[in-house]
Amino acid sequence: MTADLWLHPGLILLAGALVLPLVKGRLFRLYLLLVPMLAFGAVLVMPQGVFGVVPFLEWDLTFGRVDRLSLVFAYIMTLMCIIGTLYGLHGDNPFEMVAAWIYVAGSLGVIFAGDFLVLFLFWEIMAFSSVFLVWFRDRPESVWAGFRYLLVHAAGGMVLLAGIVLLYHATGDLGFHQLDVSRPTLPVYLILAGFILNAAVPPLHAWLPDAYGEATVSGAVFMCAFTTKTAVYALARGFAGMEILIPLGVVMALYGVVYAVLENDARRLLAYHIISQVGYMVAGVGIGTELAINGACAHAFAHILYKGLLFMGVGSVLYMTGKSRFTDLGGLYSRMPRALIFTLIGGLSISAFPLFSGFVSKSMIVAAGFDDHLYWAAFLLSLASAGTFLHTGLKVPYFIWFGKNNCTKDTWEKAEDPPLHMQLAMGIAAFLCIFIGVYTPYLYDMLPYAVAYAPYTAYHVTESLQILLFTALGFFIFLKKLTPGPVISLDLDWFYRMGGRVFLLGAQKGMDYLSARANKYLGEALPRRLNTFSQSAPARLSLLLIRPLWYLTGVPVKGQDGVEKRFTDNFNQSLFTIGSSAVFIILVLMVLLFFIT
Amino acid sequence: MIVHLIEFLRHRLKRVIQICCIILALVVGFDALLLDKGKAHTAAENMWGFWALFGFVSCVVIIFVSKWFGKLGITRREDYYDR
Repeated sequence: MTADLWLHPGLILLAGALVLPLVKGRLFRLYLLLVPMLAFGAVLVMPQGVFGVVPFLEWDLTFGRVDRLSLVFAYIMTLMCIIGTLYGLHGDNPFEMVAAWIYVAGSLGVIFAGDFLVLFLFWEIMAFSSVFLVWFRDRPESVWAGFRYLLVHAAGGMVLLAGIVLLYHATGDLGFHQLDVSRPTLPVYLILAGFILNAAVPPLHAWLPDAYGEATVSGAVFMCAFTTKTAVYALARGFAGMEILIPLGVVMALYGVVYAVLENDARRLLAYHIISQVGYMVAGVGIGTELAINGACAHAFAHILYKGLLFMGVGSVLYMTGKSRFTDLGGLYSRMPRALIFTLIGGLSISAFPLFSGFVSKSMIVAAGFDDHLYWAAFLLSLASAGTFLHTGLKVPYFIWFGKNNCTKDTWEKAEDPPLHMQLAMGIAAFLCIFIGVYTPYLYDMLPYAVAYAPYTAYHVTESLQILLFTALGFFIFLKKLTPGPVISLDLDWFYRMGGRVFLLGAQKGMDYLSARANKYLGEALPRRLNTFSQSAPARLSLLLIRPLWYLTGVPVKGQDGVEKRFTDNFNQSLFTIGSSAVFIILVLMVLLFFIT
Repeated sequence: MIVHLIEFLRHRLKRVIQICCIILALVVGFDALLLDKGKAHTAAENMWGFWALFGFVSCVVIIFVSKWFGKLGITRREDYYDR
């Protein structure tokens, strides 16, 4: 009976998105809020089990595999959809929400997919709908960034599809469950490559800061929540305990931090910190213990909220002033104080400050690392968390709201706290960030496995406070070093930009060398030899034949008066008698005849 | 209200810095004198102020390694892509 009542929350959003362009006037805003709330409600009342099985050709496609793992992701994603929609309620472009909802529906489709075919379908829907959130910014740069984003994701989708097809060919099973990660085969690696591209694991990450930095204000709020976290879900479902994910995750965590130091655009800085934070989740999936998987899910949950909050905070500055670069901002605390407070709460949450959400989620992954005796991983992740606080907790608020005032008169006048609905959205996210940090059972009771972890021990709190406070000390000591300049950073494109340059240089030098050599040998040496050959060859050949005859007759051959000299002189001066020419010709013909027969 | 609070603190910047330094000292002092290190994961953590040192060194390492990395040809002028 319940199976009949099961309603896919993605379907609600999809239908809602299709009707949205028809809704006009006063109903518009109400409708905008109602649809994501219905989707959230559908998740809240959803029982566990397998639903939505549809026969298709020779397969039974499963659209609704509901268990604790999928529920926790679906819960936070639909909740974030409400917050994101509330944030974008000004609705300058109604099609922005159409794209955003289809995008969220794609994520939910992946979360509830029971087999790889359904997963792939929604995987592609995500890429093809989210790209509009970049394009709708209407700048030439965003159009290009959108195309790059689409190309990368289409390529990743093809790799994923290749893996799925090969896996089906090998096993005859399309079901999406834990893969054999101890003896991975080619299809498993291909599927992994498709997943980690969406998780933005270097070197498959450059699309993320590129697209998110160029997306619309509310588009970025959606994008930062769904693509990478759907990938984390897919990894947790299929690749728990795959050891290669641990070093990959640690590299991600550090990579994002390094780039954040160099970044001048606040939204691109936040985008690099997504890579860093998703690194913790990827490492958690790689560790694969119950604590680590719980940690990865909890961190994804907390991350969606605080990263959304950060993108909303910085996005509101962009929305009001049109600027997102530190070198165009500064000293705004008196103009946008509420945005400052919300961003600060997001910053403290991502930095895992005690009483904020990151503290209860991130530490689970680090603790799982220590428990598994992966000391290098745990220490490096702790190091990355110092970097997180350094940038998102300190650099972002400091250089936008304090620091040197780089605002033009125009920017300064435009800057004020954003419209009420934006503040409300940020307020809800900020409340949840603190609520998760203070009341741990709220999040812990939703996690896939029972939680025996207690974050609030005196040791852990002191440890975190020491790391964070002394990082802050370092920040203020080296403040000058951290002041952003008007620069951009090359990422993976360094390789093909520099690679192109190396190729060009190599080609030029190589061609020069080749040309010189060709001139020397083909242009000079070869004609000279040919010339000498054609001049002296007949004489030499003739000598070869006649010399034995001379020796036989006993005439002096060598020397000044020898016949050889007279003969060659005759040859050079072409003073041959017709008789001797005829003799030679006959001789040569006879030799030829002898060899041919 | 928020603005008033910030300006109140900014006008007493010296006092704020003093209080922050005291907080830093208190945290390390607590770690050195009172904290039960039974939950430490490694032997190195038994040293007092280990995590404070770790935090500060991490911060310095991140700043300088990143700056060095940027100088390898990563950071470019803003109009790099337009040229």
